[in-house]
Amino acid sequence: MLKELFASQLALGCAQAAIAALLALAVMLLARQRGIHIERETVVALVRGIVQITAVGSILVLLLRGPAWTSIFLLAAMIVAAAKISAGRSKGLPKSFQISLYAIGGGAGSVIALMTWAGAIDTAITSLVPIGSMLIANAMNTNSLVMNRFRSEVESHAGLIETGLALGADSKRTVAPYVQVSLQASMIPAIDSLRSLGIVWIPGLMAGMLLSGASPIYAAIYQFVAISMIFSSSGLTALIGSLLIRGSAFSPAEQLTLRPRPVS
Amino acid sequence: MRIVDDVTVHVRTGEVLAVVGPSGAGKSSFLRLLNRLDEPTSGTVRLEGIDYKQIQPRDLRRRVGMVTQTAYLFPGTIADNIRFGPAQQGSELPAKTIEELLSQVGLAGRAGEDVAHLSGGEAQRVSLARALATAPAVLLLDEPTSSLDAEAKGEVEKLILTVVRKNGLTCVMVSHDLAQAARVADRVMVLNKGKLERIGTTSEVINAEGAFR
Repeated sequence: MLKELFASQLALGCAQAAIAALLALAVMLLARQRGIHIERETVVALVRGIVQITAVGSILVLLLRGPAWTSIFLLAAMIVAAAKISAGRSKGLPKSFQISLYAIGGGAGSVIALMTWAGAIDTAITSLVPIGSMLIANAMNTNSLVMNRFRSEVESHAGLIETGLALGADSKRTVAPYVQVSLQASMIPAIDSLRSLGIVWIPGLMAGMLLSGASPIYAAIYQFVAISMIFSSSGLTALIGSLLIRGSAFSPAEQLTLRPRPVS
Repeated sequence: MRIVDDVTVHVRTGEVLAVVGPSGAGKSSFLRLLNRLDEPTSGTVRLEGIDYKQIQPRDLRRRVGMVTQTAYLFPGTIADNIRFGPAQQGSELPAKTIEELLSQVGLAGRAGEDVAHLSGGEAQRVSLARALATAPAVLLLDEPTSSLDAEAKGEVEKLILTVVRKNGLTCVMVSHDLAQAARVADRVMVLNKGKLERIGTTSEVINAEGAFR
Protein backbone atom coordinates (compact mmCIF):
# COMPACT_ATOMS: atom_id res chain seq x y z
CA MET A 1 0.00 0.00 0.00
CA LEU A 2 2.74 2.44 0.98
CA LYS A 3 4.74 1.67 -2.15
CA GLU A 4 1.84 2.84 -4.28
CA LEU A 5 1.55 6.11 -2.36
CA PHE A 6 5.25 7.07 -2.29
CA ALA A 7 7.33 7.23 -5.39
CA SER A 8 10.71 8.09 -3.86
CA GLN A 9 12.59 5.65 -1.59
CA LEU A 10 13.27 8.37 1.01
CA ALA A 11 9.58 9.31 1.31
CA LEU A 12 8.68 5.62 1.54
CA GLY A 13 11.25 5.12 4.31
CA CYS A 14 9.87 8.09 6.28
CA ALA A 15 6.32 6.75 5.97
CA GLN A 16 7.41 3.27 7.08
CA ALA A 17 9.28 4.78 10.05
CA ALA A 18 6.21 6.82 11.00
CA ILE A 19 3.97 3.74 11.00
CA ALA A 20 6.51 1.72 13.02
CA ALA A 21 6.80 4.57 15.55
CA LEU A 22 3.00 4.86 15.79
CA LEU A 23 2.82 1.17 16.59
CA ALA A 24 5.45 1.59 19.33
CA LEU A 25 3.48 4.55 20.74
CA ALA A 26 0.30 2.45 20.72
CA VAL A 27 2.10 -0.19 22.81
CA MET A 28 3.27 2.55 25.15
CA LEU A 29 -0.35 3.72 25.57
CA LEU A 30 -1.48 0.16 26.27
CA ALA A 31 1.21 -0.08 28.94
CA ARG A 32 0.05 3.23 30.39
CA GLN A 33 -3.49 1.88 30.70
CA ARG A 34 -2.05 -0.94 32.81
CA GLY A 35 -0.33 1.62 35.04
CA ILE A 36 3.14 1.10 33.53
CA HIS A 37 4.62 4.50 32.75
CA ILE A 38 7.26 4.26 30.04
CA GLU A 39 6.08 7.28 28.05
CA ARG A 40 9.15 9.44 28.44
CA GLU A 41 11.61 6.60 27.96
CA THR A 42 9.76 5.35 24.85
CA VAL A 43 9.52 8.74 23.16
CA VAL A 44 13.15 9.57 23.94
CA ALA A 45 14.30 6.14 22.70
CA LEU A 46 12.30 6.46 19.46
CA VAL A 47 13.57 9.95 18.69
CA ARG A 48 17.11 9.01 19.68
CA GLY A 49 16.95 5.83 17.62
CA ILE A 50 15.83 7.52 14.39
CA VAL A 51 18.32 10.38 14.79
CA GLN A 52 21.22 8.04 15.54
CA ILE A 53 20.52 5.55 12.77
CA THR A 54 19.96 8.32 10.22
CA ALA A 55 23.20 9.98 11.31
CA VAL A 56 25.09 6.69 11.00
CA GLY A 57 23.50 6.12 7.60
CA SER A 58 24.73 9.55 6.49
CA ILE A 59 28.20 8.88 7.86
CA LEU A 60 28.26 5.52 6.09
CA VAL A 61 27.52 7.28 2.81
CA LEU A 62 30.68 9.33 3.39
CA LEU A 63 32.73 6.43 4.69
CA LEU A 64 31.91 4.22 1.74
CA ARG A 65 33.97 6.57 -0.36
CA GLY A 66 36.85 6.61 2.13
CA PRO A 67 39.65 4.11 2.89
CA ALA A 68 38.81 0.83 4.68
CA TRP A 69 40.76 1.65 7.85
CA THR A 70 38.30 4.40 8.79
CA SER A 71 35.89 1.65 9.84
CA ILE A 72 38.22 0.89 12.79
CA PHE A 73 37.56 4.34 14.24
CA LEU A 74 33.84 3.97 13.68
CA LEU A 75 33.78 0.60 15.45
CA ALA A 76 35.94 1.96 18.30
CA ALA A 77 33.49 4.85 18.73
CA MET A 78 30.63 2.34 18.77
CA ILE A 79 32.36 0.36 21.53
CA VAL A 80 32.79 3.51 23.65
CA ALA A 81 29.14 4.48 23.10
CA ALA A 82 28.00 0.93 23.94
CA ALA A 83 30.07 0.98 27.14
CA LYS A 84 28.50 4.29 28.15
CA ILE A 85 24.96 3.05 27.51
CA SER A 86 25.61 -0.23 29.30
CA ALA A 87 27.20 1.54 32.29
CA GLY A 88 24.07 3.70 32.54
CA ARG A 89 22.07 0.51 33.16
CA SER A 90 24.10 -0.29 36.26
CA LYS A 91 23.97 2.88 38.31
CA GLY A 92 25.52 2.45 41.71
CA LEU A 93 28.06 -0.07 40.49
CA PRO A 94 31.53 1.46 40.83
CA LYS A 95 33.74 1.59 37.72
CA SER A 96 30.82 0.44 35.56
CA PHE A 97 32.05 2.39 32.51
CA GLN A 98 35.57 0.97 32.66
CA ILE A 99 34.26 -2.56 33.18
CA SER A 100 31.81 -2.17 30.27
CA LEU A 101 34.52 -0.73 28.03
CA TYR A 102 36.95 -3.56 28.72
CA ALA A 103 34.24 -6.22 28.48
CA ILE A 104 32.62 -5.00 25.26
CA GLY A 105 35.95 -3.96 23.73
CA GLY A 106 37.57 -7.24 24.68
CA GLY A 107 34.58 -9.39 23.75
CA ALA A 108 33.24 -7.83 20.56
CA GLY A 109 36.55 -6.19 19.55
CA SER A 110 38.57 -9.40 19.63
CA VAL A 111 35.92 -11.41 17.74
CA ILE A 112 35.67 -8.70 15.06
CA ALA A 113 39.47 -8.58 14.73
CA LEU A 114 39.90 -12.35 14.65
CA MET A 115 37.09 -13.01 12.19
CA THR A 116 38.19 -10.19 9.92
CA TRP A 117 41.73 -11.56 9.96
CA ALA A 118 40.36 -15.05 9.19
CA GLY A 119 38.30 -13.70 6.31
CA ALA A 120 34.89 -14.46 7.82
CA ILE A 121 34.11 -10.75 7.79
CA ASP A 122 34.84 -8.83 4.64
CA THR A 123 37.14 -5.83 5.15
CA ALA A 124 34.90 -3.61 3.03
CA ILE A 125 33.27 -0.91 5.15
CA THR A 126 29.84 -1.97 3.90
CA SER A 127 30.39 -5.36 5.47
CA LEU A 128 32.72 -4.71 8.43
CA VAL A 129 30.76 -1.86 10.00
CA PRO A 130 27.25 -3.41 9.94
CA ILE A 131 28.46 -6.83 11.11
CA GLY A 132 30.80 -5.26 13.68
CA SER A 133 28.01 -3.07 15.01
CA MET A 134 25.78 -6.12 15.32
CA LEU A 135 28.41 -7.86 17.45
CA ILE A 136 28.99 -4.73 19.55
CA ALA A 137 25.25 -4.22 20.12
CA ASN A 138 24.77 -7.80 21.27
CA ALA A 139 27.86 -7.60 23.47
CA MET A 140 26.41 -4.43 25.00
CA ASN A 141 23.13 -6.17 25.80
CA THR A 142 24.97 -9.08 27.38
CA ASN A 143 27.16 -6.76 29.41
CA SER A 144 24.10 -4.84 30.63
CA LEU A 145 22.47 -8.09 31.68
CA VAL A 146 25.60 -9.23 33.55
CA MET A 147 25.92 -5.95 35.43
CA ASN A 148 22.25 -5.52 36.17
CA ARG A 149 21.81 -9.09 37.39
CA PHE A 150 25.02 -8.95 39.42
CA ARG A 151 23.94 -5.79 41.19
CA SER A 152 20.51 -7.15 42.08
CA GLU A 153 21.96 -10.51 43.19
CA VAL A 154 24.53 -8.84 45.42
CA GLU A 155 22.02 -6.43 46.90
CA SER A 156 19.58 -9.20 47.70
CA HIS A 157 22.29 -11.45 49.21
CA ALA A 158 24.17 -8.72 51.07
CA GLY A 159 23.64 -10.45 54.42
CA LEU A 160 25.15 -13.72 53.23
CA ILE A 161 28.05 -11.97 51.51
CA GLU A 162 28.88 -9.95 54.61
CA THR A 163 28.64 -13.10 56.71
CA GLY A 164 31.32 -14.60 54.49
CA LEU A 165 33.45 -11.47 54.83
CA ALA A 166 32.98 -11.49 58.61
CA LEU A 167 34.30 -15.06 58.64
CA GLY A 168 37.47 -13.94 56.87
CA ALA A 169 36.57 -15.03 53.34
CA ASP A 170 38.14 -13.56 50.22
CA SER A 171 35.70 -10.94 48.96
CA LYS A 172 35.75 -12.32 45.42
CA ARG A 173 34.86 -15.76 46.73
CA THR A 174 31.84 -14.43 48.60
CA VAL A 175 30.26 -13.16 45.37
CA ALA A 176 31.35 -16.09 43.18
CA PRO A 177 27.88 -17.77 43.17
CA TYR A 178 26.24 -14.50 42.07
CA VAL A 179 28.83 -13.90 39.35
CA GLN A 180 28.01 -17.36 38.01
CA VAL A 181 24.24 -16.72 38.10
CA SER A 182 24.73 -13.37 36.31
CA LEU A 183 26.94 -14.96 33.67
CA GLN A 184 24.46 -17.75 32.98
CA ALA A 185 21.48 -15.38 32.84
CA SER A 186 23.25 -12.99 30.48
CA MET A 187 24.00 -15.78 28.00
CA ILE A 188 20.37 -16.92 27.65
CA PRO A 189 19.52 -14.57 24.72
CA ALA A 190 22.65 -15.53 22.76
CA ILE A 191 22.10 -19.25 23.34
CA ASP A 192 18.41 -19.00 22.41
CA SER A 193 19.28 -17.08 19.24
CA LEU A 194 21.66 -19.83 18.19
CA ARG A 195 19.17 -22.58 19.07
CA SER A 196 16.21 -20.97 17.31
CA LEU A 197 18.07 -19.90 14.19
CA GLY A 198 16.00 -20.62 11.12
CA ILE A 199 13.11 -22.06 13.15
CA VAL A 200 11.86 -19.07 15.12
CA TRP A 201 13.62 -16.28 13.28
CA ILE A 202 15.44 -15.47 10.08
CA PRO A 203 17.69 -12.49 10.79
CA GLY A 204 17.75 -9.38 8.63
CA LEU A 205 21.25 -10.07 7.40
CA MET A 206 20.04 -13.18 5.55
CA ALA A 207 17.11 -11.31 4.06
CA GLY A 208 19.52 -8.59 2.89
CA MET A 209 21.86 -11.13 1.31
CA LEU A 210 18.97 -12.81 -0.49
CA LEU A 211 17.72 -9.46 -1.76
CA SER A 212 21.18 -8.63 -3.05
CA GLY A 213 21.26 -11.84 -5.03
CA ALA A 214 23.38 -14.18 -2.89
CA SER A 215 22.83 -17.91 -3.03
CA PRO A 216 20.19 -18.94 -0.45
CA ILE A 217 22.43 -21.73 0.87
CA TYR A 218 25.40 -19.38 1.29
CA ALA A 219 23.12 -16.77 2.89
CA ALA A 220 21.88 -19.41 5.33
CA ILE A 221 25.37 -20.61 6.21
CA TYR A 222 26.63 -17.07 6.63
CA GLN A 223 23.71 -16.47 8.95
CA PHE A 224 25.02 -19.26 11.14
CA VAL A 225 28.46 -17.63 10.99
CA ALA A 226 26.98 -14.30 12.13
CA ILE A 227 24.99 -15.80 15.00
CA SER A 228 27.98 -17.86 16.10
CA MET A 229 30.06 -14.69 16.13
CA ILE A 230 27.37 -13.00 18.23
CA PHE A 231 27.47 -15.94 20.62
CA SER A 232 31.27 -15.77 20.87
CA SER A 233 31.46 -12.02 21.37
CA SER A 234 28.59 -12.08 23.88
CA GLY A 235 30.15 -14.99 25.75
CA LEU A 236 33.56 -13.35 25.83
CA THR A 237 32.01 -10.07 26.96
CA ALA A 238 30.11 -11.84 29.74
CA LEU A 239 33.25 -13.67 30.86
CA ILE A 240 35.41 -10.53 30.91
CA GLY A 241 32.63 -8.47 32.51
CA SER A 242 31.97 -11.04 35.21
CA LEU A 243 35.68 -11.33 36.02
CA LEU A 244 36.06 -7.57 36.34
CA ILE A 245 32.79 -6.99 38.14
CA ARG A 246 33.68 -9.18 41.14
CA GLY A 247 35.98 -6.60 42.62
CA SER A 248 33.70 -3.65 41.90
CA ALA A 249 31.31 -4.50 44.74
CA PHE A 250 34.03 -4.04 47.36
CA SER A 251 36.24 -1.33 48.76
CA PRO A 252 40.02 -1.88 48.97
CA ALA A 253 39.50 -3.01 52.59
CA GLU A 254 37.09 -5.72 51.34
CA GLN A 255 33.95 -3.99 52.54
CA LEU A 256 30.78 -4.59 50.57
CA THR A 257 29.88 -1.25 49.00
CA LEU A 258 26.86 -2.54 47.09
CA ARG A 259 24.47 -3.07 49.96
CA PRO A 260 21.38 -1.43 51.38
CA ARG A 261 22.43 1.04 54.10
CA PRO A 262 21.83 -0.12 57.70
CA VAL A 263 19.14 1.65 59.66
CA SER A 264 20.80 1.42 63.05
CA MET B 1 25.61 13.15 58.89
CA ARG B 2 27.80 11.12 61.25
CA ILE B 3 26.22 7.80 62.22
CA VAL B 4 28.81 7.15 64.92
CA ASP B 5 30.55 10.26 66.20
CA ASP B 6 33.46 10.75 68.59
CA VAL B 7 33.13 7.44 70.42
CA THR B 8 36.17 6.35 72.44
CA VAL B 9 35.78 3.09 74.31
CA HIS B 10 38.26 0.65 75.81
CA VAL B 11 36.97 -2.91 75.85
CA ARG B 12 38.78 -5.00 78.44
CA THR B 13 40.03 -8.48 77.65
CA GLY B 14 37.47 -11.11 78.63
CA GLU B 15 34.66 -8.70 79.43
CA VAL B 16 31.17 -8.55 77.95
CA LEU B 17 30.29 -5.02 76.91
CA ALA B 18 26.69 -4.34 75.94
CA VAL B 19 25.89 -1.52 73.52
CA VAL B 20 22.38 -0.22 74.09
CA GLY B 21 20.38 2.67 72.77
CA PRO B 22 17.21 3.50 70.88
CA SER B 23 16.60 2.61 67.22
CA GLY B 24 18.85 4.58 64.90
CA ALA B 25 21.37 5.28 67.69
CA GLY B 26 24.19 3.81 65.60
CA LYS B 27 24.62 0.60 67.60
CA SER B 28 24.94 -1.78 64.63
CA SER B 29 27.06 0.75 62.74
CA PHE B 30 29.39 0.94 65.75
CA LEU B 31 29.70 -2.85 65.76
CA ARG B 32 30.39 -2.98 62.01
CA LEU B 33 33.29 -0.59 62.53
CA LEU B 34 34.88 -3.01 64.98
CA ASN B 35 35.50 -5.77 62.42
CA ARG B 36 35.90 -3.24 59.62
CA LEU B 37 32.81 -4.22 57.66
CA ASP B 38 32.48 -0.45 57.42
CA GLU B 39 35.34 2.03 57.17
CA PRO B 40 35.59 4.81 59.77
CA THR B 41 35.77 8.23 58.12
CA SER B 42 38.15 9.30 60.89
CA GLY B 43 39.67 7.66 63.93
CA THR B 44 40.51 3.99 64.23
CA VAL B 45 40.16 0.82 66.28
CA ARG B 46 43.02 -0.85 68.10
CA LEU B 47 43.07 -4.60 68.58
CA GLU B 48 45.47 -5.63 71.33
CA GLY B 49 47.14 -2.24 70.94
CA ILE B 50 47.61 -2.49 67.16
CA ASP B 51 45.84 -0.09 64.81
CA TYR B 52 43.54 -2.39 62.87
CA LYS B 53 44.38 -0.67 59.61
CA GLN B 54 47.79 -2.34 59.97
CA ILE B 55 46.10 -5.74 59.97
CA GLN B 56 44.82 -7.35 56.75
CA PRO B 57 40.98 -7.15 56.87
CA ARG B 58 40.66 -10.91 56.38
CA ASP B 59 43.05 -11.63 59.26
CA LEU B 60 41.26 -9.11 61.44
CA ARG B 61 37.87 -10.68 60.76
CA ARG B 62 39.19 -14.14 61.53
CA ARG B 63 40.18 -12.86 64.97
CA VAL B 64 36.97 -10.89 65.50
CA GLY B 65 33.97 -13.18 65.06
CA MET B 66 30.48 -11.88 64.45
CA VAL B 67 26.94 -13.12 64.97
CA THR B 68 24.25 -11.04 63.32
CA GLN B 69 20.59 -10.45 64.12
CA THR B 70 19.52 -12.73 61.26
CA ALA B 71 21.44 -15.97 61.05
CA TYR B 72 22.60 -16.00 57.43
CA LEU B 73 23.53 -19.62 56.80
CA PHE B 74 25.22 -20.85 53.65
CA PRO B 75 23.25 -23.45 51.69
CA GLY B 76 24.32 -26.97 52.70
CA THR B 77 24.66 -28.83 55.94
CA ILE B 78 25.34 -27.57 59.43
CA ALA B 79 28.86 -29.02 59.15
CA ASP B 80 29.46 -27.12 55.87
CA ASN B 81 28.67 -23.91 57.72
CA ILE B 82 30.94 -24.71 60.65
CA ARG B 83 33.80 -25.58 58.29
CA PHE B 84 33.46 -22.34 56.32
CA GLY B 85 35.60 -20.00 58.45
CA PRO B 86 38.59 -22.34 59.00
CA ALA B 87 38.43 -23.33 55.30
CA GLN B 88 39.14 -19.68 54.40
CA GLN B 89 42.44 -20.07 56.24
CA GLY B 90 43.14 -23.29 54.37
CA SER B 91 42.49 -25.58 57.31
CA GLU B 92 40.10 -28.52 57.32
CA LEU B 93 38.14 -28.68 60.56
CA PRO B 94 38.13 -32.28 61.89
CA ALA B 95 34.73 -33.90 62.43
CA LYS B 96 35.52 -34.20 66.13
CA THR B 97 35.99 -30.44 66.48
CA ILE B 98 32.75 -29.79 64.60
CA GLU B 99 30.96 -32.12 66.99
CA GLU B 100 32.51 -30.37 69.99
CA LEU B 101 31.39 -26.98 68.70
CA LEU B 102 27.91 -28.29 68.04
CA SER B 103 27.62 -29.80 71.49
CA GLN B 104 28.61 -26.40 72.92
CA VAL B 105 25.57 -24.87 71.23
CA GLY B 106 23.23 -27.76 71.98
CA LEU B 107 23.17 -29.29 68.51
CA ALA B 108 25.24 -32.42 69.10
CA GLY B 109 24.81 -35.14 66.49
CA ARG B 110 23.21 -32.88 63.92
CA ALA B 111 26.23 -31.97 61.76
CA GLY B 112 24.80 -33.63 58.65
CA GLU B 113 21.44 -31.85 58.71
CA ASP B 114 20.50 -29.45 55.94
CA VAL B 115 20.32 -25.88 57.29
CA ALA B 116 17.16 -25.24 55.25
CA HIS B 117 15.16 -27.19 57.84
CA LEU B 118 16.35 -25.37 60.97
CA SER B 119 14.21 -23.16 63.20
CA GLY B 120 15.27 -19.55 63.91
CA GLY B 121 16.77 -20.49 67.27
CA GLU B 122 18.66 -23.46 65.82
CA ALA B 123 19.97 -21.34 62.96
CA GLN B 124 21.27 -18.80 65.45
CA ARG B 125 23.01 -21.60 67.38
CA VAL B 126 24.71 -22.72 64.15
CA SER B 127 25.70 -19.13 63.49
CA LEU B 128 27.30 -18.94 66.95
CA ALA B 129 29.15 -22.25 66.51
CA ARG B 130 30.34 -21.09 63.08
CA ALA B 131 31.72 -17.88 64.57
CA LEU B 132 33.50 -19.88 67.28
CA ALA B 133 35.04 -22.25 64.73
CA THR B 134 37.72 -19.71 63.78
CA ALA B 135 38.70 -19.46 67.47
CA PRO B 136 38.27 -15.69 67.62
CA ALA B 137 39.65 -13.52 70.40
CA VAL B 138 36.69 -11.16 70.20
CA LEU B 139 33.04 -11.93 69.51
CA LEU B 140 30.66 -9.29 68.16
CA LEU B 141 26.96 -9.96 68.66
CA ASP B 142 24.44 -7.80 66.83
CA GLU B 143 21.09 -8.27 68.57
CA PRO B 144 21.48 -12.04 68.27
CA THR B 145 18.15 -12.84 69.92
CA SER B 146 15.91 -10.06 68.61
CA SER B 147 14.43 -12.08 65.75
CA LEU B 148 13.66 -15.12 67.96
CA ASP B 149 10.51 -16.02 69.87
CA ALA B 150 10.50 -15.64 73.67
CA GLU B 151 11.44 -19.24 74.41
CA ALA B 152 14.29 -19.42 71.89
CA LYS B 153 15.41 -15.95 72.96
CA GLY B 154 15.97 -17.07 76.56
CA GLU B 155 17.76 -20.25 75.48
CA VAL B 156 20.10 -18.54 73.00
CA GLU B 157 20.88 -15.75 75.49
CA LYS B 158 21.84 -18.31 78.13
CA LEU B 159 23.87 -20.23 75.60
CA ILE B 160 25.78 -17.14 74.46
CA LEU B 161 26.66 -16.27 78.03
CA THR B 162 27.89 -19.82 78.73
CA VAL B 163 29.92 -20.01 75.53
CA VAL B 164 31.49 -16.57 75.98
CA ARG B 165 32.50 -17.29 79.58
CA LYS B 166 33.73 -20.81 78.82
CA ASN B 167 35.92 -19.65 75.93
CA GLY B 168 37.13 -16.53 77.76
CA LEU B 169 36.04 -14.33 74.87
CA THR B 170 36.00 -10.57 74.81
CA CYS B 171 32.50 -9.75 73.69
CA VAL B 172 30.68 -6.68 72.42
CA MET B 173 26.93 -7.20 72.19
CA VAL B 174 24.39 -4.84 70.69
CA SER B 175 20.98 -4.95 72.30
CA HIS B 176 17.95 -2.70 72.36
CA ASP B 177 16.93 -4.35 75.62
CA LEU B 178 18.58 -2.96 78.77
CA ALA B 179 17.20 -5.84 80.83
CA GLN B 180 19.01 -8.30 78.56
CA ALA B 181 22.19 -6.22 78.80
CA ALA B 182 21.88 -6.38 82.58
CA ARG B 183 21.61 -10.17 82.48
CA VAL B 184 24.52 -10.71 80.12
CA ALA B 185 27.03 -7.86 80.32
CA ASP B 186 29.75 -6.71 82.71
CA ARG B 187 29.54 -3.14 81.44
CA VAL B 188 27.07 -1.20 79.36
CA MET B 189 27.61 1.69 76.97
CA VAL B 190 24.68 3.83 75.87
CA LEU B 191 24.70 5.27 72.36
CA ASN B 192 22.27 7.96 71.31
CA LYS B 193 22.25 9.67 67.92
CA GLY B 194 25.68 8.23 67.26
CA LYS B 195 27.24 9.69 70.41
CA LEU B 196 28.46 7.91 73.50
CA GLU B 197 26.04 9.02 76.19
CA ARG B 198 27.18 6.88 79.07
CA ILE B 199 29.43 3.94 79.92
CA GLY B 200 29.74 2.07 83.18
CA THR B 201 28.94 -1.09 85.03
CA THR B 202 25.50 -2.49 84.37
CA SER B 203 24.16 -1.30 87.73
CA GLU B 204 25.63 2.20 87.27
CA VAL B 205 23.97 2.61 83.91
CA ILE B 206 20.63 1.18 85.08
CA ASN B 207 20.63 3.47 88.08
CA ALA B 208 21.55 6.54 86.06
CA GLU B 209 18.44 8.57 85.48
CA GLY B 210 17.40 8.85 81.85
CA ALA B 211 20.22 6.66 80.66
CA PHE B 212 17.95 4.71 78.34
CA ARG B 213 14.31 5.10 77.55
